[in-house]
Amino acid sequence: MTPRRKKRLTLVGLLVLGVGGAAALLLAAFSENLVYFHSPSEVVEGGVPMDRKFRIGGLVAEDSVRRDDDSLGVRFRITDTAEAVSVQYEGVLPDLFREGQGVVADGHLTADNVFVAERVLAKHDENYMPPEAAEALERAKTGYAPESGTIAEQ
Amino acid sequence: MNLVWFHKLGSPKYFYALALRLTPWLGGLSFVLLALGLYWGLVVAPPDYQQGESYRIIFVHVPSAWMSMFTWMFMAFCGLLVLVWRMKVAASLMRAAAPLGASFTFLALVTGSLWGKPMWGAYWVWDARLTSELILLFLYLGFMALQSAIEQREAAGRAGAVLALVGVINIPIIHFSVEWWNTLHQGATITKFDSPSMPVEMLLPLLVSAAGFMAYFATVVLKRARCDILEGQAASGWVREWATPAATDHRNP
Repeated sequence: MTPRRKKRLTLVGLLVLGVGGAAALLLAAFSENLVYFHSPSEVVEGGVPMDRKFRIGGLVAEDSVRRDDDSLGVRFRITDTAEAVSVQYEGVLPDLFREGQGVVADGHLTADNVFVAERVLAKHDENYMPPEAAEALERAKTGYAPESGTIAEQ
Repeated sequence: MNLVWFHKLGSPKYFYALALRLTPWLGGLSFVLLALGLYWGLVVAPPDYQQGESYRIIFVHVPSAWMSMFTWMFMAFCGLLVLVWRMKVAASLMRAAAPLGASFTFLALVTGSLWGKPMWGAYWVWDARLTSELILLFLYLGFMALQSAIEQREAAGRAGAVLALVGVINIPIIHFSVEWWNTLHQGATITKFDSPSMPVEMLLPLLVSAAGFMAYFATVVLKRARCDILEGQAASGWVREWATPAATDHRNP
């Protein structure tokens, strides 16, 4: 490699390192704001703003979903397995919403620590499998065959 | 170290001839792989236990998202060759790749958005993954605008190379965004270091489809780079000879 090329290579290396360092500092500084949602533990610890809207994310707690009979209103709890927060919502829920599913809710916290959601989004996990495999897993876990009715069969 | 092949690739004339020979084969390969991968993925592969048939968008969405990031890394590598070795062929390849990268990014954003509405409940959210991918689209558009704004080819190539190298910082941010921050977008399924969270009957068509996208990228980049090389070398003897064989025969009987 000629000395000129070596010099250019060094300059390019410095450019990439410099920009990379700047980006890393910037992202570290804004890390707080890049978080899309807060966990129930953070909410319980008081690490979230009470006076403005924020998002809360976690799993829908088992046996916590209560639907109103005469409206679209629904209540459930969002948990990160350590803490749980009660959520109140009125509207259409996404397809993937159910107990045990990850969700992210937009809204604000009331004084009595109930989260009033304006929008509920389902958070999909990175696992994919055919329905038969999921049923087999479920059988292995619970010891009996589940009732049919997976999404794919509907 | 024997670098003859490297210097040969740097010669526009040699590279043009090589690209001319490769493109039909790559074109055929990409057609076969895409047809196989998409049919396998969209028709044959089993549905997902949660998402049903909707998950099949991954057979287009994931390869295009991978290619959107790969294309920029390819451009950054070409940018390095341009800046350090002043390789004209690398500048042509870099320019040729940009609109393709923009298309892949656009496709990834659109397919993701169409999937997001039924699954998440929203077409678009401003989480770190989606936002950084959108920034990538703007980087591609900026690169293309920069190329057409500077008339002098060498200067345009060098300016583009700097942009490609600066923008490459965004690639790890896109990839790791789902690990660094809470995002609505799910984590990596296939590129995590332990085994992929996907059975082999879904994984194989996805990989075949991704290989098809890659072959398509190679085909189109080589074709476009050939045009760019002809444009850049229009004044040189070999292009004249190639473009007007009759005229040269006439001149040198």
